[in-house]
Amino acid sequence: MVDSVKEKNSSGSYSSNTGPIVEYKNVHKSFGDVEVLKGLDLDIYPGEKVALIGPSGSGKTTIIRMLMTLEQPTSGEIIVDGKNLCHMEKNGKLVPANEKHLREVRGEIGMVFQHFNLFPHMTILQNCMTAPIQVQKEDKESAKRRSIEMLEKVGLGDKLDNYPSQLSGGQKQRVAMARALVMRPKIMLFDEVTSALDPELVGEVLEVIRDIAEEGEMAMVLVTHEMDFALEVADRVIFLDDGVIAEEGTPSEVLEESDNERLQQFLYRFRS
Amino acid sequence: MNINWKWDMFFEAFPYILQGIWVTVGLTFACFLFALLFGFVWVFLRRIKFKPVNWLVTWVMEFIRSTPPLIQLFFIYYAWPMIPGIGVSLTSFESAILGLGIHFSTYIGEVYRSGIEGVDKGQWEASTALNFSTRQKWTKIILPQAIPPTIPMLGNYLIIMFKEVPLASTIGVVGILALAQTYGTDNFRMLESYTIVALIFLLLSYPSAILINKLEKKLNRRFDKKAAIQENKGAVV
Repeated sequence: MVDSVKEKNSSGSYSSNTGPIVEYKNVHKSFGDVEVLKGLDLDIYPGEKVALIGPSGSGKTTIIRMLMTLEQPTSGEIIVDGKNLCHMEKNGKLVPANEKHLREVRGEIGMVFQHFNLFPHMTILQNCMTAPIQVQKEDKESAKRRSIEMLEKVGLGDKLDNYPSQLSGGQKQRVAMARALVMRPKIMLFDEVTSALDPELVGEVLEVIRDIAEEGEMAMVLVTHEMDFALEVADRVIFLDDGVIAEEGTPSEVLEESDNERLQQFLYRFRS
Repeated sequence: MNINWKWDMFFEAFPYILQGIWVTVGLTFACFLFALLFGFVWVFLRRIKFKPVNWLVTWVMEFIRSTPPLIQLFFIYYAWPMIPGIGVSLTSFESAILGLGIHFSTYIGEVYRSGIEGVDKGQWEASTALNFSTRQKWTKIILPQAIPPTIPMLGNYLIIMFKEVPLASTIGVVGILALAQTYGTDNFRMLESYTIVALIFLLLSYPSAILINKLEKKLNRRFDKKAAIQENKGAVV
């Protein structure tokens, strides 16, 4: 299965043949007595689209939340673009990262949440342009121009001055994506971004993700329950079960050809 | 038995007592401003996770709230200057600002805290994901959402403080109460004097309360609560 990933790399469908942009090395994570990740080893390559699937509680959301530094791994290391994410070197020793170090590494990562988490006190445009101005110290005019472009791209160019409360769920999620994209991350994380939406609004959100994926430069990690979508967009599908990677490979290998029993049980629910 | 009420004395006393209004109102706003600023100090002190500090802060706040403001005023004005080394002698007006300000800051700190806790956890996560600094998270994302809903509560504390400010007359702040006392004793007109004080407080507190009520309704419209709740709903991962 791992071979197929390398094959794809050398065939040039990813942006470069350099090393992985994200490496999880023997990562464990426990919440209290419950161990949700039991020694995860995972490499993600620049531009690669990875779909994480699995039953709830299998640790898939935890994987991306750790990458966004919203959770700390219990043990193990995460390397982002050659830099250690949760640890830093101090006097020749590895110590837990401080906020300054986290901010340096975190700049390469963007995230879209299940519940959108738009800032309700800001207009749609302000939601998008505040971080580039405040965090990346971008010139106000250029941040505004890029934010408007991005909002037009997700089909919300006519809602710039509206507040989040005036939008539908699908529109909110598209704003959330524009807000993350304006920061020009190298890695985008999608945490069950369609799960909180009414069924008729799922399509418009997937449409935007599909467009982003086609542009290709960004690595994307999607935690999703949309199997058809994973099959279509992902370069690699990873099936997590009980805190370990139980199956991985190209979408067709995992979703169509695998004979892993747990995976079959899991997929059964999604087949009509 | 006839009530001994003289209208001419009433009208003579009124402008005299009313002179104190600027001191009373001024002291109210000075205390309120102090409490508004110092309230944030409590919020941030309470967020320190180091156990001994946390315990100490909680205990000090409890101590301040459980002792009467009158005693705190007496302590600051009369007792504090007597302590060798750290004793500072303040004017009665300064003592009143410090005493009432600190006393009410503990309540206002709790108001802020309730506002901050009302902000959804997802807002913190989104601001982390956008890589805001800790300071930016507070000033751009969290406080602008946490504070506006607490404005009516803060307004109520303003009125409560206004009604507590006469305590300062006991350490020599000459507001309307002190002037009423002077007038009353000098002219043997207690009934008229204190009626006037009560009337002035009523005339100011009641319209203020109505004003705050209106402000609350206006704020609710602007910061659409339902929408905010819907926006923040979930985030239970």
